[in-house]
Amino acid sequence: MQPETQAARLAHHFPDLRTQENAARLGMWLFLATEVLLFTALFTAYSVYRYLFVHAFDEASRLMHTGLGAANTLVLLTSSLTAALAVYYARRGQARRSAVLLAATLAFAATFMVIKAFEYGHHFHEGQLPGRFYTYPELQLPGASMFFTLYFLMTGVHGLHVLIGMGVLAFLMVRTLRGGYSTAYSTPVELGVLYWHLVDLIWIFLFPLLYLI
Amino acid sequence: MSPSPASEAVYNRPNYLTADRGVRSWLTTRDHKRIGVMFLVLTAAALALGGFFALLIRIELLTPGPTIMDAMTYNRMFTLHGVVMIFLFMIPAIPGIFGNFFLPLMIGAQDVAFPRINLATVYLYLLGAAIAVYGMVHGGADTGWTFYTPYSTTTTTKVAPILLGAFVLGLGSILTGINFIVTTHTLRAPGLTWHRLPLFVWAIYATSVIQVLATPVLGMTLLLVTVENVFGFGIFDPARGGDPILFQHLFWFYSHPAVYIMVLPAMAVVSEVIQTFARKNMFGYKAVAYSSLGIAFVGFFVWGHHLFTSGQSAFDSGVFGVLSMFVGLFTAVKVFNWTATLYKGAIQVSAPFVYIVGFLFYLVFGGMTGIALATVSLDVHWQDTYFVVAHFHFVMAAGTVMAFLAALHYWWPKMFGKTYAERPALVGGFLVIFGFAATFVPQFLLGNMGMPRRYYSYPERFWPLNVASTAGASLVAIGFLIVLVNLVVSLAWGRVAGPNPWGSKGYEWNTPSPPDKENFPGTPVFTHGPHEYQEPVPAAAEVTHAA
Amino acid sequence: MNELLRQLLFLPEQGTAYARSVDQLHYFIVLTTMIGAAAVFTTLVAFVIVYRRRHAAQTTPHVEPKPIHEVLFVGVPLVLFLTWFAIGFPQYVELQTPPKDAMDVYVQGKKWMWKFAYPGGPNSTDVLRVPAGRPVRLLMTSRDVIHSFYVPAFRLKQDVVPGRYTQTWFRATAPGRHQLFCAEFCGTGHSAMLGEVVVMPAAEFDAWLADQRRGVVAAQDSAPVPSEDIDVRTSLVEQGRRLAAEYGCFKCHTVDGTQHIGPSWLDLYERRERLDGGKTVVADEGYLTRSIMDPRADVVAGFQPVMPTFQGRIPAPEVAAIVEFMKSLRTDVVRAPPSQGPVYVPVPSK
Repeated sequence: MQPETQAARLAHHFPDLRTQENAARLGMWLFLATEVLLFTALFTAYSVYRYLFVHAFDEASRLMHTGLGAANTLVLLTSSLTAALAVYYARRGQARRSAVLLAATLAFAATFMVIKAFEYGHHFHEGQLPGRFYTYPELQLPGASMFFTLYFLMTGVHGLHVLIGMGVLAFLMVRTLRGGYSTAYSTPVELGVLYWHLVDLIWIFLFPLLYLI
Repeated sequence: MSPSPASEAVYNRPNYLTADRGVRSWLTTRDHKRIGVMFLVLTAAALALGGFFALLIRIELLTPGPTIMDAMTYNRMFTLHGVVMIFLFMIPAIPGIFGNFFLPLMIGAQDVAFPRINLATVYLYLLGAAIAVYGMVHGGADTGWTFYTPYSTTTTTKVAPILLGAFVLGLGSILTGINFIVTTHTLRAPGLTWHRLPLFVWAIYATSVIQVLATPVLGMTLLLVTVENVFGFGIFDPARGGDPILFQHLFWFYSHPAVYIMVLPAMAVVSEVIQTFARKNMFGYKAVAYSSLGIAFVGFFVWGHHLFTSGQSAFDSGVFGVLSMFVGLFTAVKVFNWTATLYKGAIQVSAPFVYIVGFLFYLVFGGMTGIALATVSLDVHWQDTYFVVAHFHFVMAAGTVMAFLAALHYWWPKMFGKTYAERPALVGGFLVIFGFAATFVPQFLLGNMGMPRRYYSYPERFWPLNVASTAGASLVAIGFLIVLVNLVVSLAWGRVAGPNPWGSKGYEWNTPSPPDKENFPGTPVFTHGPHEYQEPVPAAAEVTHAA
Repeated sequence: MNELLRQLLFLPEQGTAYARSVDQLHYFIVLTTMIGAAAVFTTLVAFVIVYRRRHAAQTTPHVEPKPIHEVLFVGVPLVLFLTWFAIGFPQYVELQTPPKDAMDVYVQGKKWMWKFAYPGGPNSTDVLRVPAGRPVRLLMTSRDVIHSFYVPAFRLKQDVVPGRYTQTWFRATAPGRHQLFCAEFCGTGHSAMLGEVVVMPAAEFDAWLADQRRGVVAAQDSAPVPSEDIDVRTSLVEQGRRLAAEYGCFKCHTVDGTQHIGPSWLDLYERRERLDGGKTVVADEGYLTRSIMDPRADVVAGFQPVMPTFQGRIPAPEVAAIVEFMKSLRTDVVRAPPSQGPVYVPVPSK
């Protein structure tokens, strides 16, 4: 597929391409703001319950695999690096390098999910589950089950966003390979990767709250 | 004002309604005007459904004991009435219909920034409505539209589909908000500075900001309730350490700004109608414009006034109470500026103007009862009584619906190229205005007497006022019917409307009625603000555009 | 004047002095609102008449506000609103601050009834008897979902929430009967969850209370509920002693001051305890309840954190009974059960 000509790509209601691209950018940033607020509700619940159950949350967070969590943090941070580099090369019209880097990002994302699945499996096995499913005998303080409720909800919703992000990245990768982007037009890559950076950023907040403190 | 032959020609040439034919052309349209019309049909149906539930509620309350249904059914009725009215009508209607239709026209744009996302919001509305209706048909929830925990997390009624439907509708609301914000920032035609924007655009913009920032919090909160109701995760369950009051904080953090999502578009309409029918520029344009932003901003910090009796600290109640006073100020500013606009005007009392006067009546009294509630000690008596019900119905049902009807009558000629009959419009209008007063003034008094809300049965001393309220409701129903029939009849048999039947200098009137599929032949250039009436309105308002 | 306005506005009788003050704020707001609205609407109508459109092509001047206009538009409502707030908020604070000498009554809301328990006294369902002229503090919780304790005649409302205590108070001025509603939706029985506050002359109330404690059931306050094991002679304190034994509290806590695994309960209530970590805390009802639910939260200095939690294992009313028992363990009180001393003979009423 040939890169679209400028005229063909310009939508009829935009006066020029630059305005169109700025509009896309503004729209994406607004959407990211809504995602932040979505997680804010969860972070608020977390803060309230941490304050109410300091000891239980303290002990419960010691049951987390800090090593795996740290590994996941490194994985996501690196994936953001490869994603950013993908945008760098897309802007310079180097489609192959861009596609390879997007593939690497996808690989890191998949690694993240695998490590997460492993952690989840461990918690399932130990009975460290949300609400009425909590059966872990070693920690029976009030608030212990609440920690795991919040853990599963926060990482679960985050995981869902990782999956959506993977879908977006995969789509971008395929289009890059088919020559859909060039030096003149790489906005979708930029915006898709922006979404990925937000997914990473949310994990940067989740990790210390759930694993470290 | 009879249409000139020129406007007949305008009406009969292909316009946005007739340019493409067939159901598929509508289902795949990216034309913001067609999307506005689709929202009109959908939200009008929702209004009728919600109104139907309301009538059933009022009939049940005709007697102190059981009248036509049992307690569980009654509880479902008021829940569904609230859910349908708020999520399927109040929040989407004015932005979805008139925001969609007129925002691009008012800023000289050919469409909104993201037309395909705009179409998606129609489908999200349908999907959300379908999920919620599925829940309703299978019994529906009985929790009240506020879904307080632990009742909503322990009830066995169909809470999950209602909540998921609301979640999907919320997503549509967010996308509409993003679309309008980006449109306003990027698609203003040359010469259209922010201070030349119609006040309608300012208010819709403020609404969109609230939609974008507040709705996600509701989405997550409803998800948490669903998850707890279905799986027993216990986020709000005291037995597992949960705090039911946390739900209230999270819920009202959205739902209070939500009432401004509902009322700001109404205020948007008021500004336009007053300027057109007083044929005068807005007194205090900047005050009215910035007060919209002020309401949006301060509106985020007052949610705790729904929690005065919940057991929250006196300090919290104090802070939320004072801030609630400030939100009231912005509305007061608007009311005074709107009234002052009439000074030295050239006022024509047509149906849209009559509806707006009705709106002002309900906004002033409904708003003042809101301030009274915010004094905290009075709220202790009135919380969860019919006083609060009357307060929000005054501002929302009477007020915003009044503005909706005004918008419908104001812009009907533009959207459909037909004029409705004035006298039935006025009769319907008066019935609706007086009907709402007859319905809800008794409810203020019931609240004073101490009748709590969501009561299926009540002590006998509340009987007469309940009967009065139901009588008022029947007047409202008749009024709405007259309005509906009048408008629908005009589509087939109304006189052809010219491009500018009201002689308005609002920008949207610089188009044919109905507008062409393509809004403007070229790019308009703006040289001054709207609604300046020092020069007479040109007879045939065909404006020349820069190529 | 008060009476006239009260009836005009359909307000119920004013059962407390607080109710009367709230009503006076109400009248003030109604009056100013009516005057303000009348001013706005008269102006509006006047403008519509004076400035009606006289011919089709009429033009209008461009009118801009002067700064003073907007200052007044903002300033006048601001002063009014803040004045109302300045009157109303202190009233609310008064409602949140029970006097020290208030008589406590435990209230439990559940679907779909109100249960009242007097410390050291009887229990009742749906009927709350209180003395006139004396402050009464209500310590309230719920067994299941959120309810709300609402007495319109007192202009009083407070939500009752499961898992925690909320409080409110009132001082009824004169004898009478006032309706009690539940004001937070709680299911199909929400509108049937009615009750009554019976205000008795103070002496009559004392006599009634004494009768109840002696087991003489002078008046049935509500139809006996067969499934509920209500023994009107059992005081909350007695129940608490029995429950404390059942739950094994005495394995670690003594009632006579002897040091054991946990702090002794004798004179514990309202004592300033030094905690692990240096903080001090007053052992009030909140602290005692919290220690039962989350014992690791505030451990007294010198004791090991070995107490298990009873969260979810003891229902809230039983916790209240145990706390009441702990409160009764004072060195100046002889024994927890009511003394078998002189019999009160009610003063014959006229």
